[in-house]
Amino acid sequence: MAEGIALALRDLTKSYDGHAAITAVTLDVPPRATLALVGPSGSGKSTVLRIVAGLIAPDRGDVLMGDTLMNGATKRALRLRMGYVIQEGGLFPHLTAFENVALMGRELGWKEERVRGRVAELTGLVGLSPEMLARYPAQLSGGQRQRVGIMRALLLDPEVLLLDEPLGALDPLIRARLQEDLRDIVRRLQKTALLVTHDMAEAAYLGDEIAVLRDGRVVQRGTARDLLERPADPFVTEFIRAQRVLEAPR
Amino acid sequence: MKWIVLAATLLAVSAHAEGPRVTIGSKAFPESWILGEAAATLARRNGCVVEHRRNLGGTEIVYDALRSGSIDAYPEYTGTIAEVIVHASGHPPLPELRRQLAQQGIGVSEPLGFNDSYGIAVAPAVAQRLGLRKISDLAKHPDLRLGLTHEFLGRADGWPGLAHAYGIPAGHPLGIQHELAFQAIQAGKIDAMDVYTTDSWIERLGLVVLEDDRAFFPRYDAVLLYRADLARRAPQALVAIRRLEGKIDEARMIRANARVVLEKEDVAIAADSLLIDALGAEPQANTRSSRSIDLLRYLGQHLRLVAISLLAAILLGVPIGIVSARSPGLARILLAISGIVQTIPSLALLAFLIPLLGIGAGPALVALFLYSLLPIVRNTYTGLTTIPPALLESAEVLGLTPAARLRRIELPMASPAILAGIQTSAVINVGTATLAALIGAGGLGEPILSGIQLRDTAMILEGAIPAALLALAVQGAFDLLERAVVPRGLRLRSE
Repeated sequence: MAEGIALALRDLTKSYDGHAAITAVTLDVPPRATLALVGPSGSGKSTVLRIVAGLIAPDRGDVLMGDTLMNGATKRALRLRMGYVIQEGGLFPHLTAFENVALMGRELGWKEERVRGRVAELTGLVGLSPEMLARYPAQLSGGQRQRVGIMRALLLDPEVLLLDEPLGALDPLIRARLQEDLRDIVRRLQKTALLVTHDMAEAAYLGDEIAVLRDGRVVQRGTARDLLERPADPFVTEFIRAQRVLEAPR
Repeated sequence: MKWIVLAATLLAVSAHAEGPRVTIGSKAFPESWILGEAAATLARRNGCVVEHRRNLGGTEIVYDALRSGSIDAYPEYTGTIAEVIVHASGHPPLPELRRQLAQQGIGVSEPLGFNDSYGIAVAPAVAQRLGLRKISDLAKHPDLRLGLTHEFLGRADGWPGLAHAYGIPAGHPLGIQHELAFQAIQAGKIDAMDVYTTDSWIERLGLVVLEDDRAFFPRYDAVLLYRADLARRAPQALVAIRRLEGKIDEARMIRANARVVLEKEDVAIAADSLLIDALGAEPQANTRSSRSIDLLRYLGQHLRLVAISLLAAILLGVPIGIVSARSPGLARILLAISGIVQTIPSLALLAFLIPLLGIGAGPALVALFLYSLLPIVRNTYTGLTTIPPALLESAEVLGLTPAARLRRIELPMASPAILAGIQTSAVINVGTATLAALIGAGGLGEPILSGIQLRDTAMILEGAIPAALLALAVQGAFDLLERAVVPRGLRLRSE
């Protein structure tokens, strides 16, 4: 395994009922970098992320984290090294915010003191008011739920963050705040991240690099500037233009 | 919890004993109770520890109980033995019946002295208006409204054979419970009904019993059936109960029936009077428990039936629900099986279980358990399969093992549905357990059943009201339990 690659996707291929969802997707993410996967609905970007999370098995191809190949035997150990954030945070409604965040620590037998210390640390990091910790998900706003979801993903200090449309369901102002906070957190903690989003501006803002998917294949990979200035094919140009982000941050 | 302890105590108190144990059975009507109680009293006075199980529902049930050894003896009628037990054609004589039953290890006593045959009774006004005297007169009046017991409708020596023998159009007789038929004929809702010739109501209501002019009905001489091994296990009991042979004539039996049915006398006291009447036996000051003690005992039995069967259904039903939720193929099969069990009528299920498990609490517990299973399995399955997939995936990617996911995420999230299933089962169970009295398991069905036989509304309510209150209490207890068990976060509505 080459130095300088935190997460490698090799030749991933998956089809459902003879219909190809993704074909020969090969991507790697350097340590501490964020790679954003963008593309229209049905382009296969979520399938890629779900394979990396071990939720679906590819028909062909491999996922490697560092030196470790993901398979049935290594899956659980690898999952403890990833943090997973989905829309709305994916919080368990029967647990308080605190219990949601603390869940894996308790499962792994952490001392209560250590759990409390770690949760307090994360509360400061994501900018959540501590009194929110005692609340149930139903008593939190969308933005607060998402912050708790990020805390939960960070509890075990994972190497890799998997972010599946994490800010999808939020209204624009809160979304903008969270985008800023999320970028700060990922940079400050120096996490490797794989982000799935349909929003080109978000991809450009959060991602160091962007991979554009279309019909299950990677069309182009590069920085936002690369995509704007040297689009690999007319689809990339059209996808960027359709999202009205020609003035994306440079 | 207190009730369970109380029930267990009551059970323990009744269990200790000395001397050979003898169990007498009787069917679900007063004459059978009285004869059973008389036999039980005689055996008890001869040093046996005797239990009398009343209200065993129907010939098949009580005979199966005898053959399986759940009871040692019970009163029966020769006509019923011929028709229902040995399935004989014609009217075989007693020695022939005795020979056939001996092959099954069952002994038959000499006749007790009275013939309680079937008869057809007609309301007095109707009999007078149409000039009905003989059963053959019925053929001329096909529009008469008949109310017949289910057993009479079903037996070859009942309505089908009678209608055929007399050329009466079979028509559509109403199937009705025997004691309710007396109410119906009194109220003018039916014109004729089947009766037993020793029914005390015949005289009270002035019913006209039609002459069996073609001698269709066989003799129904009362006898005692007993297990052949009783002569070895408790010879004194067998000798004692056979003292009734030839001692009870029709007049004595009708008088004893009237004491119970019309004068609302306790069965034990009526049986005592019958013994004095028939044997000149020494009167026995009967230490009958008061009604309120009875009620506690019934309630204790009832709660025990409900608690044990429900607990077993939870212990098995929740795991079955979990397994079903894991495998859609298996779920279809398991849910179909428990659904089919649910559709078996409770009485039929009880009857199936008797050859396997005898009578008493055993088969009742199994039946109640089977009925309780489906709501619990189905709700567990539904509760687990309706958790949003995204949350299950989150739990998986967090690194929780399958066991931890089940314990920390899935079961707590499904708990409202599972609890609702258990609640449904518990409430149904309290109601269905009243039928357990039919197979000698006791419970609140006991006073209901006896009350129906005696047309004693107060006695029916004595069982029905506690059963209804118990159902409400169970409902309320589960509402409280829900607050304690279901995580608070699941009861909140999203803002």
